[in-house]
Amino acid sequence: MTHTILPEMIVPRPLSRGPASPDPYLPGTPGSDPLLTVTGLTVYRGSRRILDDVSFTLARGETLALVGESGAGKSTIASALMGLLAGRARVTGQAAFDDVPDLLAITSKGWSGLRGQRIAMIFQDAGAALNPCFTVGSQLTSVLRRQLGLDRATARQRAVTLLDSVGLNDAAARMSAYPHQLSGGMQQRVMVAIALACDPDLLFADEPTSALDVTIQAQIVRLILDQTRAKGASCVFVLHDLALASQTCDRIVVLYAGQVMESGPSDVVLNDPRHPYTRLLKSCVIEIGTHDLDPPDGSVPGYDDLPGGCRFATRCPRRLPRCAAERPPLTTLAGRSLACWNPETGE
Amino acid sequence: MLRQASAKIFQTLVVLVIVSIASFSLLKLAPGDPVVLMLGSEYSQDSYDELQAQLGLDQPVALQYVRWLRDFVTGDWGNSYVAKTDIFAFVVTQALPVTLTLTACAIVLAILIGVPLGVVSAVRKDSAWDVGIAAFALTGTAFPSFFLGIVLIWFFAVKVGFFPVMGFVAPWEDFWSGMLHLVLPALTLSTFFIGMIVRVTRAAMVEVLEQPYITAAIARGEPHRRVIWVHGFRNILMPLVTVIGLQLGAILQGAVLTETVFSLPGLGQMLTGAVLGREYVLVQAGVMLTATLFILVNLAVDLSYPFLDPRLRAR
Repeated sequence: MTHTILPEMIVPRPLSRGPASPDPYLPGTPGSDPLLTVTGLTVYRGSRRILDDVSFTLARGETLALVGESGAGKSTIASALMGLLAGRARVTGQAAFDDVPDLLAITSKGWSGLRGQRIAMIFQDAGAALNPCFTVGSQLTSVLRRQLGLDRATARQRAVTLLDSVGLNDAAARMSAYPHQLSGGMQQRVMVAIALACDPDLLFADEPTSALDVTIQAQIVRLILDQTRAKGASCVFVLHDLALASQTCDRIVVLYAGQVMESGPSDVVLNDPRHPYTRLLKSCVIEIGTHDLDPPDGSVPGYDDLPGGCRFATRCPRRLPRCAAERPPLTTLAGRSLACWNPETGE
Repeated sequence: MLRQASAKIFQTLVVLVIVSIASFSLLKLAPGDPVVLMLGSEYSQDSYDELQAQLGLDQPVALQYVRWLRDFVTGDWGNSYVAKTDIFAFVVTQALPVTLTLTACAIVLAILIGVPLGVVSAVRKDSAWDVGIAAFALTGTAFPSFFLGIVLIWFFAVKVGFFPVMGFVAPWEDFWSGMLHLVLPALTLSTFFIGMIVRVTRAAMVEVLEQPYITAAIARGEPHRRVIWVHGFRNILMPLVTVIGLQLGAILQGAVLTETVFSLPGLGQMLTGAVLGREYVLVQAGVMLTATLFILVNLAVDLSYPFLDPRLRAR
């Protein structure tokens, strides 16, 4: 996947040069109104630790981006929090959501009333995430009928309204269409409609645009943002594009090989990255077209040969002897939290 | 869709013509002269010529084929040499209903047992359930049906005495007696088929359960049972129906053995008798009939695809 820069995204956000206040959304920071608090989320697949002690907080109405290269574990976070890894991986840690003490402790039956109703998800490839054997209308109305207890006629009416609100033209006629009869963009619009059908508090959007044409990507991102904001929902975007993330989300969590490298408000992280990895990601995005492309060396290491300490140590230009041996804790620095023994200095 | 369907139907007609030619050649290639066979050992050249002309066997082969096909299609299948009875009447009123009832019962039984087992296997992949069901399926497929039939007769009919030992009672004349007579043969015939269905169902279901739309269905709160039996099952119908259609040939083959073991007066028994008695006309009728049955069922399978998978419908 290439990094795509859309005209409207290149305009940087105004750089906040105010006093370096600590990130109000750091785990455990009082005063914020957290909807989701993830602490020490660790996922094992066999003996591999594909997520290592991931912590972050999401406030009500906030939009958070999980950013990193492919294989960084971004999507795994969303799947783990929705209980979709059951039977495939071992999950430890804690995730408090609203009045639910721990999402990670819920077993099969406990999910009813949560999944689809209070927590929803939009998938990477809408064409594959819609059942090919059922019409768009039946997949949408089945959610409405089951979760909200609507009768057939009301559900149908509501479904048409929903499809209309996500920008599907001729919504009533589209109800009887099968997924393959819609374009990729329209399929993703239907997914958005299904996900938002029950007005969820929390929405996971797992790379919702990576399967779409560049021209459609911005429309879909805009749609998801507008819809979630209109409904006051919080949203976790899984993205691999730092520019897109900073343009669209309030806060960013940068992940590398299953570890959190840096997290904080978007403008702070993008405009003044302090973690060597964030800086590397940023250089990939911003410098395309302005300088000669200087691609970073190496790629994300396989999970079998990871260093014991900071997992970025093998590729890090600022590594110290201790980096590979000892894992840096998440600390607060210049308005964001950061896990690095040798952070970059400010500009 | 109509164009696709008519193309399929045309294809089927071509196959049917080929089968009929093969079937017709069977009679021509068979050792022994049917005229001689009918006349017996003592005959004059005059009576030979007379009978040959009467049977139309002095005509060119192509003409003989056309006549034969016309007769076959119009239901004039001739008389059995031995029994001197009308073959068409015998096959259609006696043999075919027996075989169709037996095969249908076996298929229904195999689906009712095989599909749930296959689904459970897939859902509980690699569990003790899965291993046990796989072992059961393999045993069923590997077990020779004639042996299983005899074991079943010995145990349920002779020892326990619950089921009749053999014979056929038409269910449309006496439903319960007919069903009782059918249980053991249908079970015997379905065992190998059950194994087949279990394995196909499991393989297809395992693949379907990995699909993003299943994860998506779970993520939007669909209950487990609905995810499996609605979202999953709907998507394995196509491979399932295909295998059932293709395996019909094997089922008809199995029916021959089963009918013999249980003394059911079906097509299978008729065919074995015809082969042993060198009644080629009867063999021919049996071959044509089973082949046509197989081809028509597979045509039906083909035509059902657009209903099973919306993606195959014309846009």
